[in-house]
Amino acid sequence: MITLNINGSQHEVDVDPETPILWVLRDTLGMTGTKFGCGAALCGACTVHLDGEAVRSCSTPLSAAEGMNITTIEKTTDGSDRIGAAVHTAWVKHDVAQCGYCQSGQIMSATAFLASLPAGSQPTAEEIDTAMEGNICRCGTYVRIRAAIADAASNLV
Amino acid sequence: MFKTVSYSELPSALQQMMERSRSTVVPAMPRRSFLKMTGAIGLAVGVFPQLAAAQATEAAETELKPTEQPSAFVQISTNGEVTVTINRLEFGQGVQTALPMILAEELDADWSLVRSKLGTNDMAYVDPLFGMHLTGGSNTIKNSFTQYRELGARVRAMLLAAAATRWDVDVSTLRTEAGSVLSADGRKLGYGELAETAMALPVPQTAVLKDPKDFRIIGKPTQRLDAQAKSSGQQSFGIDFKLPGQLTAVVVRPPVFGGKIASLDDSVARAVKGVKAVLRIPLDRGAEGVTVIADGYWQASQGRDALKIEWDTSAVEKVDSEKQLAQFREMATQPGPRQFDADMAPLETAPLTLDAECVFPYLAHAAMEPLNCTVQLSDDRAEIWMGSQSAGLDAGAAANVLGLKPEQVVVNVLTSGGGFGRRFSSSSDTAVEACQIAKAAKAAGIDAPVRMLWSREDDMKGGYYRPTNLHRARIGFDKEGNVLAWDHTIVGQSILTGTVFEQYQVKNGIDAATTEGMRSPYPLPMRLTVHHPVANVPVLWWRSVGSTHTAFVMETLLDDIARATDQDPVAYRMKMFGTEHTRHRDALQLAVDKSGYGSKTLAEGRAWGVAVHESFSSVVAYVVEASVVDGQPKLHRVTAGVHCNLAVNPRTIEAQVQGAAIMGLSSCLAGSEITLKDGVVEQSNFSDYTVARITDVPEFDINIVPSADAPTGMGEPGLPPLAPAFANAISRLTGKPVRQMPFNLA
Repeated sequence: MITLNINGSQHEVDVDPETPILWVLRDTLGMTGTKFGCGAALCGACTVHLDGEAVRSCSTPLSAAEGMNITTIEKTTDGSDRIGAAVHTAWVKHDVAQCGYCQSGQIMSATAFLASLPAGSQPTAEEIDTAMEGNICRCGTYVRIRAAIADAASNLV
Repeated sequence: MFKTVSYSELPSALQQMMERSRSTVVPAMPRRSFLKMTGAIGLAVGVFPQLAAAQATEAAETELKPTEQPSAFVQISTNGEVTVTINRLEFGQGVQTALPMILAEELDADWSLVRSKLGTNDMAYVDPLFGMHLTGGSNTIKNSFTQYRELGARVRAMLLAAAATRWDVDVSTLRTEAGSVLSADGRKLGYGELAETAMALPVPQTAVLKDPKDFRIIGKPTQRLDAQAKSSGQQSFGIDFKLPGQLTAVVVRPPVFGGKIASLDDSVARAVKGVKAVLRIPLDRGAEGVTVIADGYWQASQGRDALKIEWDTSAVEKVDSEKQLAQFREMATQPGPRQFDADMAPLETAPLTLDAECVFPYLAHAAMEPLNCTVQLSDDRAEIWMGSQSAGLDAGAAANVLGLKPEQVVVNVLTSGGGFGRRFSSSSDTAVEACQIAKAAKAAGIDAPVRMLWSREDDMKGGYYRPTNLHRARIGFDKEGNVLAWDHTIVGQSILTGTVFEQYQVKNGIDAATTEGMRSPYPLPMRLTVHHPVANVPVLWWRSVGSTHTAFVMETLLDDIARATDQDPVAYRMKMFGTEHTRHRDALQLAVDKSGYGSKTLAEGRAWGVAVHESFSSVVAYVVEASVVDGQPKLHRVTAGVHCNLAVNPRTIEAQVQGAAIMGLSSCLAGSEITLKDGVVEQSNFSDYTVARITDVPEFDINIVPSADAPTGMGEPGLPPLAPAFANAISRLTGKPVRQMPFNLA
């Protein structure tokens, strides 16, 4: 049994400790907001926060998460997190999603990025691009992702 | 289908057929009782029953086609919520919002109470013009615009009639507004309050449609209905669907397409915790594979990694990309069937000539959601859940595998994470593979629903690619840029030969899916020869199909001619469009005006690039700014002029043009190609197959030409002109033509 702290709740799971966090979330716990895209930390669709840092859950084993706080899209966008709420609101306002499949990962990368900025600072266009380079969107929603992040940042000041 | 018309004529021919069917005299209106049907299947009061149930009762009496029955498309709850069923797959293109907009417009619904859901393989959800379930060809809005308007108008008429009965007034004294019926004396009833009464009324045969000048929803930039769900991880996709006790299956496929198993050692795999079964199954293209069925994906993939398999690939061709290109070049020198013909004698005497060869690689669709399909079997029934662009075809193929009748198979269409053509193959390979697994599992005593799930490596290596194409052109022209003769050859695998669509789309040995986009709309004396080599690589349509390469060839070669004759590329195209092609002219002019082309001074090191292309009945023009940075092409700014007639949801159209352009940009970038060595696909994941990332993406300015004409689709037409516009800018900077995708400036 491994005890995981996910979105503020304790979960006991009986799985191989080398199992990636992604598959425990999706298959064991039924939390399907986190997506499978590449299985190799190349596309960012599976991004979650581990103690506030964005990590690729498809390539992060459970053993690396013991004793740490895992945060997923379900929690980040439920209104309880100030930055998550700002990002979620901006995502809806800018109608970012097309197919929407990669957007959980995009939002998790965006929130970790905004949280990493000094309070009150506005990211440049280049900083936004650099922060989001690891997240692929095959629909090509990047233009609206840029706009939504800039908008969310301005609303967080 | 339509045996007497060629593929290129299909849309107009279909429209004529539709017109004929509409003008058919309809017999007297039959009696229908929605209430009785409601009772028969026990649906909640206030809900229009679904068609499958309706078919079992008196609905057969109606003269309305299944695609015209409100019962299959509209549910109104007592609280006034209107749920519209979508007759397509939603995979990003936004029909899940646009079709409800169209229906809600005629229904006069309260937009804040409109919801939507996807349909099934029920005959109600066929494309009303093609007569089959189909999400493709950018057809949804074009073919279902009138259908969904009429559905909304019929339901509105029934609600009006219900209110007239309730109030005992003449229906002509009533009007509707935002989900309510209003009487002349100020009384008001919500649609939710009227739904039950309305259901008891007959469905009107004729639908009275609004004057488009009264539209208040259609044409208004509207937020997607799924925006909230898709911004919070709440949207459920095919991969998220789960039944109680469901198992997950992965498949090992042979390294070469069509290979078979020589030997299998599964002893270690069977011992992996969570693995339920390891089974040999037949695969697409006569191949054999092994499926590992387990509690979850991770256990299944651990089991797969533990398999020891030796493959027999002795009987199948092993394609090698380099050798294939040499073979295509040899074929291009041979005579072959001709799509167009013209006098080529002027080539000998033309003042100027241009020889060109363009090469396009295999491309993977690489949709973000890996292919998946869940199957639940019982003795006389199969239920399938998948993101399908062709639910009817997939149901038929599934029935074949399972030994069932098509009516014993239900395909539930689930929202997909992209697709770009990959979720519609004429072999129904995804559904077939999942059914082979389910069948084998059942035979092995596993009584549980099974979800098949591909890995990204499966997606890159497992086939169905945009085919490799080689184009050769020899063009003679004069100093004014007038083309005197254009001798053109295309060599590329046929997508449709050997499929059920061959008889409709392959004429005289030429596949229209290869040649679409050639010559038109330019008045060129072109001879077009086409060769379709056979190769052991599965190929498929890929967002914008033939235009992925034909637009590039046409728009770069014409640009070369303009440059060689010192003509402005915009003026040159405008001259060739003449007075006939006003949509092309208007789209290009709008892009030119908004871009500042011809008036703005570009930043140092940048050049303009221009391209225009019509595909799937819509025209997109791009004026771009690009440069070369450290030897690599860089796209900075894209200004679009779009002509899709009436823009149903301009907000989605903007998104579709951006997205299609970025997918087009992807295919220009180094590493955006699938190559084969000894029959094996060399790429495996996003590490070695390039797709555009945010750092590759330019600024966009999308502009739509105002129009009130019947709308045309926008899922694909934004893609084709991007690469040639980009290439034309690069050529202006380097002085060298770009003849290859992905671009190679070396």
